[in-house]
Amino acid sequence: MSAHAITRRSWFEADARTRIHGLVDAGSFSELCGPHERLTSPHLAVLDLPVAFDDGVVVGEATLDGERILVGAQQGEFNGGSVGEIHGAKLRGLLDRARDTRPAAVLLAIDSGGVRLHEANAGLIAISELMRALLGARAAGVPVYGLIGGSCGAFGGMGIVARLCDGLIMSEEGRLGLSGPEVIETVKGVDEFDSKDRALVWRITGGKIRRTLGEATLLVDDDLGAFRGGAKALLARGAPLRGLAALDADQAALAARAQRHADARDGLDIWRALGLPDAERLAMLDADAFNRIIDRAETA
Amino acid sequence: METFTLDLPSTPANGARALCGVVSSGNLEILVDTGHAPDRCRIDVSTSAQGFRDTWEAVLADAVARHPAGGLVLSINDAGATPAVVSLRLDQVLESLEQAS
Repeated sequence: MSAHAITRRSWFEADARTRIHGLVDAGSFSELCGPHERLTSPHLAVLDLPVAFDDGVVVGEATLDGERILVGAQQGEFNGGSVGEIHGAKLRGLLDRARDTRPAAVLLAIDSGGVRLHEANAGLIAISELMRALLGARAAGVPVYGLIGGSCGAFGGMGIVARLCDGLIMSEEGRLGLSGPEVIETVKGVDEFDSKDRALVWRITGGKIRRTLGEATLLVDDDLGAFRGGAKALLARGAPLRGLAALDADQAALAARAQRHADARDGLDIWRALGLPDAERLAMLDADAFNRIIDRAETA
Repeated sequence: METFTLDLPSTPANGARALCGVVSSGNLEILVDTGHAPDRCRIDVSTSAQGFRDTWEAVLADAVARHPAGGLVLSINDAGATPAVVSLRLDQVLESLEQAS
């Protein structure tokens, strides 16, 4: 593993453009509505706050193993990757373009706490338009895959967007949820959720528990090449639109899960309840070793 | 926010477009576009830190004296970066142009 670590390029540490360049075929990315067009947030300007030339999101076209795809990546460092009016419109436009031009897939590198609260209703409307456009692309037969491994994870409205995707690729460090740990701690107190306890946060919202519960399709290591490999695997797998019966089955499975793990306070409780071997050690394993255990449990 | 524009002398750069940095606390982004006069560099600064124009002018004049930046327009969105970080980002984006040419 140490030899591998030298060649590893962290997804977590990379910015949005570096993530895209690590994902797609070299030299194939062409950006749409890029920073030189200066589509900046009018709301942040009114509030006298700094703007970004790309409003914290990068969208465009590229190829992955020669297949044409559309790709978007949120910039977690700019206002927590939050979805403002322009930011949301760029992602919505990307998904509308997918509906109209039928690429092989849309890849969304999510890194966001959700709606940009500064933009109030405009941000909320933007994220609802984004959800609608995502479902529109899927209905047109274009699979949409989310990739989560940044410092902001996928929370709030972007947590919902993530779960609307055909599949999710996550690293352990990537986190997925609705209300984030800090929000829960603020509202319910530190006894409910200690957001400073990173190991706890990862066991409850991180990629490993999401993979265990089936919400993440693939768990990968924190590495640009591993995310690219995951994207290629999902693209090869395809994602036919599922019918009403499958959705009803999903709903029943979720209800059963909520009942079965109703008393769980920690991801560890769930790993124990599922009877996984050495549940205490699962958090320490790399992605390959963890996946082997989960795959074995799923086929058993 | 405080905004101002500087027009500084510099040796001609190989004009190109570039972007570096991210607007986050203590950081900034610099967007490079092509301008007009080949021996002048125009710099538009938008910063959340009020009252540091003298410091900005010193850091920016130093950067365009060290690197060929004539014929370029630099647009800066700053969220309170220190002078050292501003200087580093300027080096980064101007060196990326030199390497690309």
